Amino acid sequence: MDQKALVCIGCPLGCRLEVTLENSEVLRVTGQSCRKGKTYAIKECTNPTRILTTTVEVENGFLEVASIKTEKDIPKDKLFDCIKELKKVRLTAPIHIGDIVVANIADTGVNIIATTNCEALDT
Amino acid sequence: MQEYDLVVIGGGPAGLAAAVAAKEQGIENILILEREAKLGGILNQCIHNGFGLHVFKEELTGPEYAYRFINMIEDKFIRYKTETMVIDLSKDKLITAVNKTDGIFTIQAKAVILAMGCRERPRGALNIPGARCSGIFTAGTAQKFVNIEGMMPGKSIVILGSGDIGLIMARRMTLEGAHVKAVVELMPYSAGLTRNIVQCLDDYDIPLKLNHTVTNIVGKDRLEGVYIAPVDENRNPIPNEEEYIPCDTLLLSVGLLPENELSKKATVKLSPLTGGAEVDEGRETNVDGIFACGNVLHVHDLVDHVTEESYIAGNAAARYLKGLQKQSKKIEVKAKDGARYVVPKFISPENIETDLELSFRVRDIYKDHYVSVYFDETRVAHQKKKILTPGEMQTVKVTAEMLNAHTHCNEISIQVEKE
Ligand SMILES: Cc1cc2nc3c(=O)[nH]c(=O)nc-3n(C[C@H](O)[C@H](O)[C@H](O)COP(=O)(O)OP(=O)(O)OC[C@H]3O[C@@H](n4cnc5c(N)ncnc54)[C@H](O)[C@@H]3O)c2cc1C
Ligand code: SF4
Repeated sequence: MDQKALVCIGCPLGCRLEVTLENSEVLRVTGQSCRKGKTYAIKECTNPTRILTTTVEVENGFLEVASIKTEKDIPKDKLFDCIKELKKVRLTAPIHIGDIVVANIADTGVNIIATTNCEALDT
Repeated sequence: MQEYDLVVIGGGPAGLAAAVAAKEQGIENILILEREAKLGGILNQCIHNGFGLHVFKEELTGPEYAYRFINMIEDKFIRYKTETMVIDLSKDKLITAVNKTDGIFTIQAKAVILAMGCRERPRGALNIPGARCSGIFTAGTAQKFVNIEGMMPGKSIVILGSGDIGLIMARRMTLEGAHVKAVVELMPYSAGLTRNIVQCLDDYDIPLKLNHTVTNIVGKDRLEGVYIAPVDENRNPIPNEEEYIPCDTLLLSVGLLPENELSKKATVKLSPLTGGAEVDEGRETNVDGIFACGNVLHVHDLVDHVTEESYIAGNAAARYLKGLQKQSKKIEVKAKDGARYVVPKFISPENIETDLELSFRVRDIYKDHYVSVYFDETRVAHQKKKILTPGEMQTVKVTAEMLNAHTHCNEISIQVEKE
């Protein structure tokens, strides 16, 4: 059996949760003041995910770098794999919000999309 | 000299929303003045997500949120001038501005909306002793370097202050390959959102040192390290408990100050509690026809609240221009006991048609307390809250019925009560 400490992010109360795990299955959650805490603990212990936001370099654009994000949340342990792949990416302006800049990043099945517009320097 | 019905100073989310609202109320002759090359304000550098849950019902990044409003400005043919800095404003609403194409020029406005945002507290405001070396930045400046210019200010980092911008930057610099060694917070709690503590610090095992401060800075040309120490109940560093942390960069995230240099020139009365103007329910200042909204009025944690407040200011400016604002008795609104400040400071019941939201912040962390509204001595609202924290702006509703039932009231107050 494993014990894991978490802080619930469901509301500003920030309850300190104690999770009891066996073979990565959640047996018990204590410390929450409402039901949301348990749901959060189970998600965080079995399948934690995050949205990744970062920037990539741009060529021939009015911006040096363009901001991007994963279209959906991705497994938390894939964040640095994505960052590593994105370090190799160079975009060419023009870029528009919502453009897919990398498909299926780090085999997550999730696309990377642009979150800014960037005009080209010469067209 | 150019003439406009409404001039909005600052093209961040506050200015853009105020202009959109005024235009929707039929004001045609509007001009937005923005000193940066792009509209959108601070949002352009806030590339993380978490914006827009209230206004757009989805989670957007800062630039995406900004573009929603920039598109509205374009669609409504609202005029704007970028790379244009306003350098003077008189109480008669004469604006002096400067840019490369027009040089120095003046504009006469019938109404003005102040939307200049805020700036970060610099090192000077903190009095940290030690070397004057390079490598010390405010968190927002670092954010601009990384997210706009694509440059990293350093490799090993200590962050002083645990406001949201500092937390966001701890994660950002970590993702970019820097080693964030600690976030140091003077208070026993963080000023930032729990979500940011978990997702920006805990996710990357970055230690948060509560009840600590930076006591000395070491370095010749470039920062080499900082000393930190725990503090006692009076927030004074405890001697002999100092710890040295080598680092090449110190980021400061120690608070924001409304940017009110122009407001002062126009004789706008400022509140010592918020650093912003004292306004009525339409966000009009003491100067006739000058309104304020967004971070220039009081520091907001969520851009959605900025947008909502700016709609109010834009609508009120439109009513003012159409001559619909009634000059009537103003009731003062006060923050008492656990409440630190409240906006607006004045209410004219005759100008109120629907319910009114008061925004306020509390002094300390309160668990299981009540937020009460008093009209003179009579308590008219009493709401239990599981938790109230200084980092989170609160709102409480005053209804038209409450105002109608207490027309002779002299003072409205907000209080945080045990029972
Ligand atoms: C670094 C940072 C991170 C944030 N993160 C979040 C978040 O995660 N989620 C969230 O919801 N909110 C966040 N916020 C809060 C939210 O983004 C701000 O509250 C909001 O952007 C404030 O809008 P504003 O229009 O009042 O100010 P600003 O966005 O600062 O805009 C003010 C504009 O006025 C212009 N200006 C100033 N003076 C002059 C002058 N004299 N002449 C011409 N132009 C002038 C400035 O250039 C600027 O563009 C963050 C704020 C900051 C500072
Ligand atoms: S468990 Fe419930 S009360 Fe506690 S932090 Fe989570 S959402 Fe808030």
